[in-house]
Amino acid sequence: MGVTDPATDTAIESGRQEEAIRVTDLHKSFGKLEVLKGVSLTAQKGDVVAIIGGSGSGKSTFLRCINFLETPSAGQIVVNGEEIKMRRDGSPVDRRQIERIRTRLGMVFQAFNLWTHRTLLENVIEVPVYVLKVPRAEAIKRARVLLDRVGLGDKADTFPAFLSGGQQQRAAIARALAVDPSVMLFDEPTSALDPELVGEVLTVIRDLAAEGRTMLLVTHEMKFAREVATHVVYLFEGRIEEQGPPEELFGNPQSARLQQFLQTVG
Amino acid sequence: MDFLFETFGLAESAKLLSLSPPGWGGNLLRGLANSLQIAFGAFGFGLLIGLFGAYGKLYGGVVLRDLLAVYTTVIRAVPELVLILILYYVGTDLINQVAQAMGYGRVEISGVVAGIWVLGVVQGAYATEVLRGAIQAIPSGQIEAARAYGMPPFLLMRRVTIPAMMSFATPGLANLWLIATKDTALLAIVGFSELTLETRQAAASTRAYFTFFLAAGALYLLVTLFSGVVFGRIEKWARRGQPSLRGGSR
Repeated sequence: MGVTDPATDTAIESGRQEEAIRVTDLHKSFGKLEVLKGVSLTAQKGDVVAIIGGSGSGKSTFLRCINFLETPSAGQIVVNGEEIKMRRDGSPVDRRQIERIRTRLGMVFQAFNLWTHRTLLENVIEVPVYVLKVPRAEAIKRARVLLDRVGLGDKADTFPAFLSGGQQQRAAIARALAVDPSVMLFDEPTSALDPELVGEVLTVIRDLAAEGRTMLLVTHEMKFAREVATHVVYLFEGRIEEQGPPEELFGNPQSARLQQFLQTVG
Repeated sequence: MDFLFETFGLAESAKLLSLSPPGWGGNLLRGLANSLQIAFGAFGFGLLIGLFGAYGKLYGGVVLRDLLAVYTTVIRAVPELVLILILYYVGTDLINQVAQAMGYGRVEISGVVAGIWVLGVVQGAYATEVLRGAIQAIPSGQIEAARAYGMPPFLLMRRVTIPAMMSFATPGLANLWLIATKDTALLAIVGFSELTLETRQAAASTRAYFTFFLAAGALYLLVTLFSGVVFGRIEKWARRGQPSLRGGSR
């Protein structure tokens, strides 16, 4: 498989499954620099799509375009069958639509980005209570379950600054789960962590994959990608260079660039 | 008590400062109340201007940014005394001209409202810069996270930006508040009977300059000390969740 035609859909081609995200021919330029040169990708419900690539390949930008943290320059994005209405220049037509769709996409950041003036519990209930208007008591009950689940039940009333990076990232995952997202977006969730803390975060993500959460995962952890992903996409200079099931992509890479990439990252 | 005043030769001063006539203490306290009323109003009005100003400077279009730059530059360049004279006379004159054009007679403008307006405009320029700096000091990821979870702009401001910037803004805002309390003294020049003008009148009538200005100084000091306590509390609250810079002995 060489450079893919940008118009073809990418994930599992079983057809009848329910589609979670479909991105078609996505372009993004920062000034004169074109970071994404037409990327297309479809994730069905339950898919775990790992996006790998060297630095500057556009993998983070791609993820951030999906929830419009970056405004795409051109292309089409469909979330749960709802197309995001864009102007010709890619800017959103309807701010409310973007906000509504964002609440369905739980994002986990490289730098955690917890709200430092709120405790872990407050961080987790913030969006349910104030954006989704869930009754407070109900949100708190659910938040405690989620914090327990990521192993932070006893830290509910602690402020983020007093926790390790791994704990903060697990809390950030609980915050993302609190909105019961239809798709979770992970933007290099372990890249800012000390090596000994990576494992605890990967364990949580692995559990989510096992329970059938739909996830897009930008990562540098190749072993992990191979283990949890149902589909792997290799980006090179803003294009999909190669993609496929993890066994094929890692076991028998076709393109020379991917072979070289896999050698350098080990 | 009387004996103590007698020994220290303060009996005369105590009589002058007595709250009931012929003492002038009541006048001084009335002046202080007026001063505080204006300081409160001006500080609040300034905060409001500052919040909009900071948002305008950070997120506004080119025209708005330029207009705000002119506002903050001019206000901060001109001495406050001059500004007060300009804003007070220009402001009252404009209102009167409008009133006359609309067929009303001359309008008597309340000293308190005029004082709040004038000092608020001055405070707003400084508050704009204090709040702009504080908003910029928020780690951008926290605002990005709020956007990524679909918070609309106003909710984001209320739930994330304002609480997150408070710890950065409080020291600057405490400064502004103290300046506001003392800038009220400048309103004496336009004949508003705040603490300084009341003091001057009391002093001039009794020739006891030293007594009255010391007393006024003590009142200003009390206000400052009390403000220090209040802002200390606010800062402690605003810094919740942040590890102490002292380290170790927390």
